[in-house]
Amino acid sequence: MKPGLNWFAFAAPQRFYPLAGRLLPWFAVAAALLGVAGLYIGLVLAPTDAQQGEAYRIIFVHVPAAWMSMVIYLAMAGWAGAGLVFNSRLSSMMACALAPTGALMTFLALWTGALWGKPTWGTWWVWDARLTSELVLLFLYIGFMALHGAIEDTRRADRAAGLLALVGVVNVPIIYFSVKWWNTLHQGASVSFTKAPSMATPMLLGMLVMALAFWMYCIAVTLMRVRAIMLEREGHTGWALAARQSQPAATRPQVETR
Amino acid sequence: MTAAKVTVVNALASATALAPARVGWLAGARCVLQRDLRLALRRRADTLSALAFFVMVVSLFPLGVGPEPALLRSMAPGVLWVAALLATLLTLPRLFADDHQDGTLEQLLLAAQPLPLLVLGKVLAHWVSSCLLLVLISPLLALQFGLSASAAGVLMLSLLLGTPVLSLVGAVSAALTVGLRSASVLMALLTLPLYIPVLIFGAGAVQAHNAGLGVGGHFSLLGAMLLLALAGAPLVVAAALRISLESA
Repeated sequence: MKPGLNWFAFAAPQRFYPLAGRLLPWFAVAAALLGVAGLYIGLVLAPTDAQQGEAYRIIFVHVPAAWMSMVIYLAMAGWAGAGLVFNSRLSSMMACALAPTGALMTFLALWTGALWGKPTWGTWWVWDARLTSELVLLFLYIGFMALHGAIEDTRRADRAAGLLALVGVVNVPIIYFSVKWWNTLHQGASVSFTKAPSMATPMLLGMLVMALAFWMYCIAVTLMRVRAIMLEREGHTGWALAARQSQPAATRPQVETR
Repeated sequence: MTAAKVTVVNALASATALAPARVGWLAGARCVLQRDLRLALRRRADTLSALAFFVMVVSLFPLGVGPEPALLRSMAPGVLWVAALLATLLTLPRLFADDHQDGTLEQLLLAAQPLPLLVLGKVLAHWVSSCLLLVLISPLLALQFGLSASAAGVLMLSLLLGTPVLSLVGAVSAALTVGLRSASVLMALLTLPLYIPVLIFGAGAVQAHNAGLGVGGHFSLLGAMLLLALAGAPLVVAAALRISLESA
């Protein structure tokens, strides 16, 4: 055994709770700084697009939100799968903590897409393959949360919702490749690993910085939410009681003791 | 009727539990299939009310949007498919609920035969008792909507390929929600998103035919979905049933 960090040690909520608390401010600050920088690049430095005018600037929110909606679903399904396989409590809590953020990102992607579609395509919504599959993704997130909420026994809820998340994974590649498989109104990918990007450098930079900001934001709120879930579910244990006592009353999560 | 049901349960139990070595895997699935079909035959009202629902929903559309033949012809594939989808959804909560209530489901979980195969038998019985009649009556409704005979045939074939997928995928959410209070509302929320691909390609086949295009691609995709669901869904349903019953 090599001496060093034992990652499995953090699978215990008791140890992960303080770690998440220490990491959280860093991710939150990074999200704020990157967000300001990304918006500055996107709204001030980036040039006006030759075809779409100023309306294109919505991509600085739209594209990162759409990316995150898919990434979070994969992460959620991954944690749910780990929870089913290893039967670890923390994995299922992570899946639960990711779902609302993922749903928010999906909603943002759809909403900003509609705002962009009106001036550019002349319509708020089209029944195009990518839009439809993204809408299905939103339904999958809602289904996950609804199923979890409907089952009172938390362990059963974790496992049932986890299985549902794994079944829904088939939708993610469909969204991602929808612009390739079907000839639809939604444009193809502007950024890829295999070819040079088809956009000006400041635009690309702004988008990537904003994407990083979204990553940091999602990680920060997920950590915050998973901390609350840990306190709620482990409320009967000694460490959770101690953790609640040590927080100022105003920021203390409302937890019912059993 | 309960007496009849108990004897069927006993027959299954004696076939599967008392002589586990002699009842093969497929025989177990066949036993479940026969039992569910017999139950469906004794409770014809369930099957017929799903059929009546299908016919009524379809008949509401011409009243709602007006009887213009051209409009109806273009709407027919979508309307019939959505109605079939909803009718299937209506019958799904009962797939495991009754067996859960009288304890048969726990017997199935304990049987010597693999649970996915027994589940396949149950799903097959559900399809025969709930969907097959919809498929058979669909050409008649298609003619009411002014579709040509060949388009009605394409519609029936697409339903024949697509409705088993609806039964298989719906069984997953039926298994996940078995025994829950809000099961039927939750079922719609969980199932309908997963039905969307079947709806798109099923209705798309008829639209492609009406537009004079080939329907091979649509049928191939429907067939692919059927094979995928046939291979994957019983395993997922079995896992979901174990989750639902283990901690209940």
